[in-house]
Amino acid sequence: MSDPAVSNNSLRELVTFRVGDQDFCIDIMMVREIRGWTPATLLPHAPSYVLGVINLRGSVVPIVDLAARLGLAPSVPDPRHVIVIAVVGTQTVGFLVNAVSDIMGIDQADVQPTPDVTSEVTRAFIEGVIVTDERMLRVIDIKTVLPKCMESEDAQ
Amino acid sequence: MSASAEIRQTFFQECDELLEALDDGLYEIDQGVADGEVDAETVNAVFRSVHSIKGGAAAFGLDDLVHFAHQFETVLDVMRDGQLVPNEDVMKVCHRAADHLSDLVAAGRDERVLEGSTGADLIKKLSEIGGREATTGSSEQQSVDAGVSFQPLGLSLPMDFTFEEPAENDFSIQLIPSASLYSSGNDVSFLLRELIELGEVKVSVDTSELPDFDEMDCSDAYFKWSIDLRTTEAASSVRDVFEFVDGMCELDVTSREPSAKPSGETEEEDDDGPPALPLLNGASEPDAVEPPRQQSGRSEGKDKTGAQSGPKATVRVNLDLVDRLINMVGELVINQAVLTQCIDDAGLLDRGDLATSLAEFKNLARDIQESVMAIRAQSVKPLFQRMARIVREAAELSGKDADFQTEEETTEVDKTIIERLVDPLTHMIRNAVDHGLESRDDRIAAGKPDQGTIMLSAAHRSGRVLIEVSDDGAGINRPKVLKIATEKGLVSPDAQLKDSEIDNLLFMPGFSTADKVSNLSGRGVGMDVVKSAIQKLGGRVNIQSTPGKGTTMSISLPLTLAVLDGMVVDVAGQTMVVPITAIVETLRPKAGDIHRLGAETSVVSVRNNLVPIIDLGVVFGHRSQPMAISDMVLLLVESDNGTSWALAVDQIFDQRQVVIKGLETNYGHVPGVAAATILGDGNIALIIDPEETAHRNGPVIDQRDLALFDEVS
Amino acid sequence: MSTKVLAIDDSRTIREMLKHTLSSGGFDVLLAEDGLDGVEKLENFNPDLVITDINMPRMDGFGVIEAIRRTEKFNGLPILVLTTESAQELKERAKKSGATGWIVKPFDDEKLIGTIRRITV
Repeated sequence: MSDPAVSNNSLRELVTFRVGDQDFCIDIMMVREIRGWTPATLLPHAPSYVLGVINLRGSVVPIVDLAARLGLAPSVPDPRHVIVIAVVGTQTVGFLVNAVSDIMGIDQADVQPTPDVTSEVTRAFIEGVIVTDERMLRVIDIKTVLPKCMESEDAQ
Repeated sequence: MSASAEIRQTFFQECDELLEALDDGLYEIDQGVADGEVDAETVNAVFRSVHSIKGGAAAFGLDDLVHFAHQFETVLDVMRDGQLVPNEDVMKVCHRAADHLSDLVAAGRDERVLEGSTGADLIKKLSEIGGREATTGSSEQQSVDAGVSFQPLGLSLPMDFTFEEPAENDFSIQLIPSASLYSSGNDVSFLLRELIELGEVKVSVDTSELPDFDEMDCSDAYFKWSIDLRTTEAASSVRDVFEFVDGMCELDVTSREPSAKPSGETEEEDDDGPPALPLLNGASEPDAVEPPRQQSGRSEGKDKTGAQSGPKATVRVNLDLVDRLINMVGELVINQAVLTQCIDDAGLLDRGDLATSLAEFKNLARDIQESVMAIRAQSVKPLFQRMARIVREAAELSGKDADFQTEEETTEVDKTIIERLVDPLTHMIRNAVDHGLESRDDRIAAGKPDQGTIMLSAAHRSGRVLIEVSDDGAGINRPKVLKIATEKGLVSPDAQLKDSEIDNLLFMPGFSTADKVSNLSGRGVGMDVVKSAIQKLGGRVNIQSTPGKGTTMSISLPLTLAVLDGMVVDVAGQTMVVPITAIVETLRPKAGDIHRLGAETSVVSVRNNLVPIIDLGVVFGHRSQPMAISDMVLLLVESDNGTSWALAVDQIFDQRQVVIKGLETNYGHVPGVAAATILGDGNIALIIDPEETAHRNGPVIDQRDLALFDEVS
Repeated sequence: MSTKVLAIDDSRTIREMLKHTLSSGGFDVLLAEDGLDGVEKLENFNPDLVITDINMPRMDGFGVIEAIRRTEKFNGLPILVLTTESAQELKERAKKSGATGWIVKPFDDEKLIGTIRRITV
């Protein structure tokens, strides 16, 4: 499930952040920049976890509330929130998180299968977990958290 | 892109230019036919266009194209020689051949094969006119010859030759060059070099004819050469070495080994040439159609020495680059607006020098934007030329005689707009020929010239492009249109419609005034499709008609698709943009004008018409409860199905040009939203697609309900 | 110094092909887009070989050959005629006006290069 460009290399760098009261991380290769929260323009008919679109230097970028997307309590965005701008293929998407913690280097071997204790909803979006002394980091499979295009939502 | 792909692209670009030149030339000849004097150079130029297409096509193995171009070229060649005097019938075939040639080029570009018998029919017609058989010097023979003239010289001879005669032959060659051999740039040394490549060579020179130095003419030839050659090649190959110098020397090639080949090479040599061709055919043909191979390593990249000087200095640029530039300039304009707003917010705008600089900045940014947009602009000429063909075909099918005229075809419009105009314009032209022009008899009866005229013109009008299609036909038969519309329930029987309103009924869906479905327009599309296609381009269609004089349909278009004129509105606290082209009018309704119809639907009466209201705030989910309509502003929009809708917004902020930003790249399509834009404050506003909004969200109201309601109220 | 070839053809496609083939063969190429352009470029470029198309605006290939042969400096200059016509009469006419040889379009890269190598010193 991990990105092929990354999986060949056993050493990975991950950006870790907090969503709700849990720790998550994504591959640093996906992250284009991190910026503060600014109000987004609402997108009509969007799924509830899509907060809207913002202007990122002339590009129209959708913002996903990662908490809501992962099945946790939806965030109430305020200026202390942070947006992680990620590039997936040709798509640029922003993810609203509580705070970015740090950047850490890990060996791919340190990524363990997701334990059963995690909630079902969350598990669908997780590639694996990394257990350190004080916390458990969930590695997000970023392709699964992208906003679903409207047309497919409509089809349901 | 590989070199061969690049050259292929060049070829098709050049074909477009050549086809355009061909069309131009044929029209000039038409003119010449009418005036009784055809310019020879025009015929020559037309010939060259077809000839060049053929030449390039052969290199890419486009056999159908080569074959057809050759047949066409033969006719033009005969015309060039003065053996064929062009008349109207000949020109008709030539025009059709040009059309077909264009189809073949398109097919070649798309790598598909053209179906149908048009090509074969035309080839037959062309050969009748040309009076020369297609096969004389035909493409088949060419591809044979293409290989043959160099086959014997080839460095690496293909294996195919081994079957002929692997044994070694001994040849004795006597060569007495004449002066012309040297003056043509040839040299005995070149010939010897080639012979050495064929096998073992022994050379002796007889210098006995060499005069004394004083008498010597250094441009004359005095030597006699005797060459012994031992080779595995056949006599014909040896003979072919001397192909270039044939007639410039005395040559005698004798096989000295009777066992190797039947005797008499010397005498039969001349017969040996052409008949040997079929043998080589198989080996050489694949070569002939093979695109130029890419040679690795030694290519020296882009040349500078070869920089060509065209009649107009132009550069060819990747369209993506231009679009990126347009985008960035769009950013610049937005940025300038943001900056102005910031300075205003800081209360600094009343500082004279700052205000002046800002104004200059603004003008500069706009100028740059316009200049960059101009890069994407193209002349409408190729589009108009395509329409010439449509007129021809439509006239032929409907049995009418139509002259096609164009005006200001050098007018430039955005490339994408031109591309998307093809279909609607085609339909309008067909319609003008089919429905606009009267039959020949009717025209004569009306005292008009028996040939009808279709006029296509383009012009720039106050920042927009105006394209007009006119005919000099009978004009719209309004009583008939009204009758049909009434029969089809499109208008109520007692409706009082103005002339222009009747004319606009033509744009209603499913409307067709033809009594029987004709070949041309009865293709399941009506003028409503034309209208919606134009509206999608941010344009409007208008129709004007004078009974007995004719009809003019005009299309007004924006200069570019990168920006649009928008009305910036407030929709329940969200700033949104409505394209101005879609808005018929804006109104503040009085409470008495608003009626409720059913539980959910409100309508507003506008000049006795009831128009359903769509509350955009509700439709886009920005508010759950509808607001009191009387507190809102209504934007009257006309949908392509002829119905009107009133979009209710909280207030109108502004009218301005906005740069269009796609939502699709990073997200996807949002129902009712055409695109996004970035406002002066840096925030994003969505651009509404009124058409889609109305279709998806408009209340479904039966026309009869409205009529009923009308009676009640 | 590499062999200098002046290639004259009014078709951009053919010019690009010639340019590509000849450059990859190690020749120094200058392109001209019609006969007159070619003759004008002749003096300065001083080529070792000229390749010319026949059917061209302003001045055709025969005109080019005749112009070259009229100039003493160039009267031994090898000239290859590039033509889609394989008709014998055209070859004869080219020969009569002083062409060294001909190439029938579409040409094969290797053959073209081989021929040029053989007729240039």
